[in-house]
Amino acid sequence: MIKKIITLFLILIPINSYALIEVDITRGNLDPLPVAVSPLSIDEKSRKGFEKALKKNNIGEEISRIVENNLRTSGLFNPLSKEAFLQAPDIANLKPRFEDWNLIKAQALITGKVNYVDDKLRVEFRLWDVLAAKEMMALAFTTVPTNWRRVGHIISDKVYERLTGEKGYFDTRIIYVAEEGPKTQRIKKLSIMDQDGYNNKFLTLGNELVLTPRFNPTSQMVTYLSYFKNLPRVYLLDIETGTQEVVGDFPGMTFAPRFSPDGKKIIMSFAKDGKSDIYTMDLENRIVERITNHPSIDTSPSYSPDGNYITFNSDRSGYQQIYIMKSDGSDVKRISFGNGLYGTPVWSPRGDLIAFTKLHKGKFYIGVMRTDGKGERLLTENYYQEAPSWSPNGRVLIFYRETKTNDKGEGFTAKLWSIDLTGYNERQIKTPTDASDPSWSSLLSN
Amino acid sequence: MILSKIFKNTLLLLTACLVLSACATKKEIATDIEGSMQGDVYTGTDTVKYLAEGVPDRVFFATNESILTTASRETLRAQAAWLRKNSGINVVLEGHADERGTREYNLALGERRANAAKDYLMTYGISSDRITVLSYGKERPVDSGSNPLSWSKNRRSVTVKAN
Repeated sequence: MIKKIITLFLILIPINSYALIEVDITRGNLDPLPVAVSPLSIDEKSRKGFEKALKKNNIGEEISRIVENNLRTSGLFNPLSKEAFLQAPDIANLKPRFEDWNLIKAQALITGKVNYVDDKLRVEFRLWDVLAAKEMMALAFTTVPTNWRRVGHIISDKVYERLTGEKGYFDTRIIYVAEEGPKTQRIKKLSIMDQDGYNNKFLTLGNELVLTPRFNPTSQMVTYLSYFKNLPRVYLLDIETGTQEVVGDFPGMTFAPRFSPDGKKIIMSFAKDGKSDIYTMDLENRIVERITNHPSIDTSPSYSPDGNYITFNSDRSGYQQIYIMKSDGSDVKRISFGNGLYGTPVWSPRGDLIAFTKLHKGKFYIGVMRTDGKGERLLTENYYQEAPSWSPNGRVLIFYRETKTNDKGEGFTAKLWSIDLTGYNERQIKTPTDASDPSWSSLLSN
Repeated sequence: MILSKIFKNTLLLLTACLVLSACATKKEIATDIEGSMQGDVYTGTDTVKYLAEGVPDRVFFATNESILTTASRETLRAQAAWLRKNSGINVVLEGHADERGTREYNLALGERRANAAKDYLMTYGISSDRITVLSYGKERPVDSGSNPLSWSKNRRSVTVKAN
């Protein structure tokens, strides 16, 4: 639906493909690339059109601010102050005077123009290599004006991809649990927002406890746990229509749901008689399959991106550890052997890593290890944090953190945080209320 | 059937005793906080409510454990006796975990704790038809503190009248 609204096409394909500027994202970037984001130029007629349609005075400037903010929060880029810009936006988009941009130490320049045409928003933008004095990319697309924030995110993704060689993650959304009220009686609602915290929307009213929402691969469905009628069960929600249904007919609690990478199955735990095992349900034919059968607690299952393997968390060794197995439940192997307890394993979209939560000596860590359990790297330590979720390009993890209360039991908060795979660039994601259990969508446009 | 249940129960008790005595030496070092914890199992009465005179509504657990302590078994025997006398009453066993674990594992742990209580009630003659198990994981602490005593109060299975 969303995808169809946006038509994307190349205006020019630069033929000279030899190496221009490049950003290395595989190490902590202590030296972000200086980039100038010129406001998108806009003519008077278009300005008036958008003013009427969106109640925004200068949409070109607002979109460029979205781009700047995205690039800055990635930690890889340093958007320069607009006050130092010498060239007007419309002229810069035609032919930048590279000496001027060089003077303010910009290495990359983004220019563009936005038009109001037949009640549509048409944007074109260009990415320039200042030092080489060359155009690196030019793109144009048309969409409905209300999608203007997404326009900023798509431009950011294209720039990120051109400069790093990897897909971006800006035109994405986060589904999470919004929390309010005292710690002993929290009210929780499903909530969805853009990756940068804008366009927040509550999807449930808070009448029943809801936990652990996760997107399907197309990001239009969500599976989550709801205590509707005090029966904790896995549910399926269609975001567009608001339709909800319970997943499967289990005589007890189902929890810890996730979609398979093809979106056709839901994998989850079913708890009965003090043991929790992993099951799948096919969403088309409703066939339920049992994957593990062990007297222990087996939970937090997550598929590998090719769907051939499942990583999960089990206490069959006596304590919570991470395991992998084939997707039919055979060949179970323990992969975590470090000190402490390991939980919430999530397979990276790139397939090579598993992110996890670790509890050791009273501290909680978010970390990653290879799928054979080797190469464990702890990215962040805190009083309480858990449940990492990968950005669609596998470069950033989002998770939630809870604070310690004081002697009177006051001061509890729950917030969303993100950190780069490198262990750098840790930042809080602002939400209107307290928040937990974040899940990152796929890229909405490609 | 009944015989095998009793046998299973004795075994359960035996293993529980063994585990407890094994733990005792290890955990004696952990100091009792204001005399209301033994090992790290809550032994106080702060949060306890009563289903009837002398019938406490809840039992407590050690970190990551679902084994019933001697005191817990005593509480559950009192609950079983009360349930036998009040045969029209059904109960929900609400299992909980403290905040020092991952959310999903804690949901499973709460279920396991409530089931430990359920099994014990059943061995004392309460039909499973009268018992529903409901896990809240770490979602509904009774004590919002971030310290070992608060956590010990939150690791619990609470027997709640369902009708």
